[in-house]
Parts: sequence; C-alpha cells; structure tokens
Amino acid sequence: MSAAAIKPTWVHAFILGAFCTGFGIILAATDIVTQDPIKERALEDKMTSLGLVIPKSIHDNNPVTDAVVVQDGAGRDLTVYRAMRAGKVTGLAYEVNAGGGYGGPIKLMLGVDPEGRILGVRVIAHKETPGLGDKIDAAKTDWITRFTGLFLGNPPAEKWKVRKDGGQFDQFSGATITPRAVVGGIRQGLEFFGANKSRMMETR
Amino acid sequence: MSANYGRIVKDGLWDNNGVLCMLLGMCPTMAMTGTATNGFGMGIATAVVMAASNLMVAMFRNYVTHEVRIPVYILIVAANVTLVDLTMNAWMHELYKVLGLFIPLIVSNCLPLARLEAFAAKEPVLPSLVDGTFMGLGFTFALTAIGAVREIIGQGTLFADASLLLGPAFKFLEMRILPEDMGILVLILPPGGFLVAGLMVVAKRMIDLASGKQIQMAGAHSV
Repeated sequence: MSAAAIKPTWVHAFILGAFCTGFGIILAATDIVTQDPIKERALEDKMTSLGLVIPKSIHDNNPVTDAVVVQDGAGRDLTVYRAMRAGKVTGLAYEVNAGGGYGGPIKLMLGVDPEGRILGVRVIAHKETPGLGDKIDAAKTDWITRFTGLFLGNPPAEKWKVRKDGGQFDQFSGATITPRAVVGGIRQGLEFFGANKSRMMETR
Repeated sequence: MSANYGRIVKDGLWDNNGVLCMLLGMCPTMAMTGTATNGFGMGIATAVVMAASNLMVAMFRNYVTHEVRIPVYILIVAANVTLVDLTMNAWMHELYKVLGLFIPLIVSNCLPLARLEAFAAKEPVLPSLVDGTFMGLGFTFALTAIGAVREIIGQGTLFADASLLLGPAFKFLEMRILPEDMGILVLILPPGGFLVAGLMVVAKRMIDLASGKQIQMAGAHSV
C-alpha cells in the first residue's frame, strides 16, 4: 500500500473492471468446458437412483430418456420414468413428495409395476433428525424395503398407516411423524398411479 | 524482509487458528461439523480455496488500489469457489456428491477474506501461499476436531462415511466408539455446534495457559 498519492476515480474503475473481465472470461471458459461432463454426471445419477426402484432385468430401454410428463392432483407437472421391454411398459418410477416430515418435506422415488405393485421405494432427500428419523434412509436401516411387493389392497387402503394410527406399518422408537409421512407419501403415490394409469401406460 | 515460515505455519495451525483463536468462519463451523468426516471435507475444500486466493491476491497486490481492494478480493474468492465447484462436479463427481453441499458455503466464510486483507495483500507470493495453506489446514484441524467430539458423543461413531469422501481405502477410519442408541442427540443438532465450538476455544486457551504461553487475543487484523 505504497500508493500515497490520490489516484483519479477512473484508475480504480479500470482496475476493478479489468479484474471482473479477466475472471469473467476464466469462469465462462470453465463453464463451457465442464458443461457436458456435468450433464452426463447428472444423467448417471438419475439412472443410479432409478436403478434402485426399478430392477434392471425388467427393461431394455433407458427410463431416463423414455419419460412422460403427467399432471398430479394439484396440477403440477410430474416426470414419470418408464421402464419398457419390447415396446411394452414394465415399470414406472416417479418422485413423490411425502409432505410433512419432522424436518420438512421428504422426497421419495417410487417404482411400481403395471399392476400397481411396488417394485421399490427409496428416500432421495430428507432433513429428518439424525439417529431418529433418518432410519427411513436405506443407507441406515432396511425399514424402507418392507414396502416392496405391496399395493393398494394389500394391505387395504385404511391400513396404509403407521401402527400408532391404526395401520399396519411399524414406526420406530422415538419417531412417529417421519414414518407417518413416508407411509402417507407412498399411499399417495399409489393413488396417483391408480388415477393416471392409462395416461402413464400409453405407448405411441 | 525474509519471511519466517515456521511462524506462519505455527500461527495457522495453532497460535492464531482461524476458528479457535480468531473465531472466524463460524457459519461453516456450525453447519458442517455434525461428523468428523464432514468437518474434514469442508476444511480441505476451504484450504484449497484459501491457498489459491492468497496466491492470486499476493500476485496482484501491487496492482490493486487500496480503494477497490475489497471487491477485488471477494471477486477472487468467489471465482475460485466457482472454479472448484464446476471442476469437481465434472471430474471428481463421487467426491462432489459428498462435498458439493459445502463448497458454495466457502464464500460465506470470512476467514479467507481476513487472510487476504491481513496477509496476502502485504506479503510476497510464497509466504502468502504458505499462509493460505496452513490457515486452511488449521481450519481443517479445528473443524475435524469439533466434528469428532460431536460425532462421538452425539452418535457414538467416529469418521462415519469417511470411505465415501476419501475412497474405500479409508474404511479403517470408520469406528464405533460408543454402542448405538447411547448418543446424546443434542450434540449433533445445531446447538451442539455452539456448545462444542465454545468448549474447544476454552480448551485451546487452557492448553496455552498450561504451557506458559500468553493467551493471544489476536483479532483478524494482526499478522
């Protein structure tokens, strides 16, 4: 800081402008170079998470690219990923927003077969309390896998609740709100399938 | 003036530690120390940005006028953070999935900015690089230590998921110290961050006192 003499304003403006331009160019170049790899990685991530709810053996297509958009009950667009074999739909996967957990909304990825049977379900985002509510996460316990193979009817709709509410699903000790939200979310997801089945199954 | 590298290293790691002495960078310190692994990841990402930013500011220190230095520093930190963010997302994606959350938070950390203003703006390139690196490593040390205490008492494990961050070779770091369900939950919840960070500051001062050092009440502006 040897600059004792007061410099005219344009000098400062010029310096700041030069730095902004320089770093702007560097950032733009990095963005251009990394754009495609980042898109590929995002696609791979999506395929990995779909692989957890749709068994690889039932499809010969790429469900990420074979997707349809369906409007949910609230009129929002929902992307439905479709697993197909030999041109016929063998499985569907879509995100379900399981409303109020203890720490905010819980996002699920639900996979169902054409009869509405659950192929698999995973929690993909949650903010539940570590050690209590996070047992819904497949990385912590296998609680979430108990839903595989169930459908609306087995158990009957009025039993799609946690045990505390008179349903048939176990909550875990110390947390009721979290499993209640997940069970409710899965039921909603199955109801969504029932209501939009024809739209989701149609093939061109 | 020849730089005293030993002094710079010691200042960064312990004597003038960014978290435990200067109490800077509290936002990531609170948010990212739920486990030792998270603290370590945040610390390393910050250290990289600090080293790069210190280096750049020292390189340009004679060209940046006093009046516009702060916007230029912020520009340099933000640009470095974005570069790290994009590069990791594209080519170190596994690591990015774990660390990605932390990286934008580095901009909100005033420790890099403090070191630019207090050190890199006045010193030559090499000492500045050393200062940025070791201040960053000191930050890593503090965050890992706070994370370890919170994790052990909060959920009974140490370095859980370290293999996700560092690769399968580091699986051996993952330990269970206390049996499951023994944890005191409050320590991994947000209040635990404040409690443990406070206690660590006390512990550091007690260690300094016991070893006969003067407690350094240094602010961000001392070198």
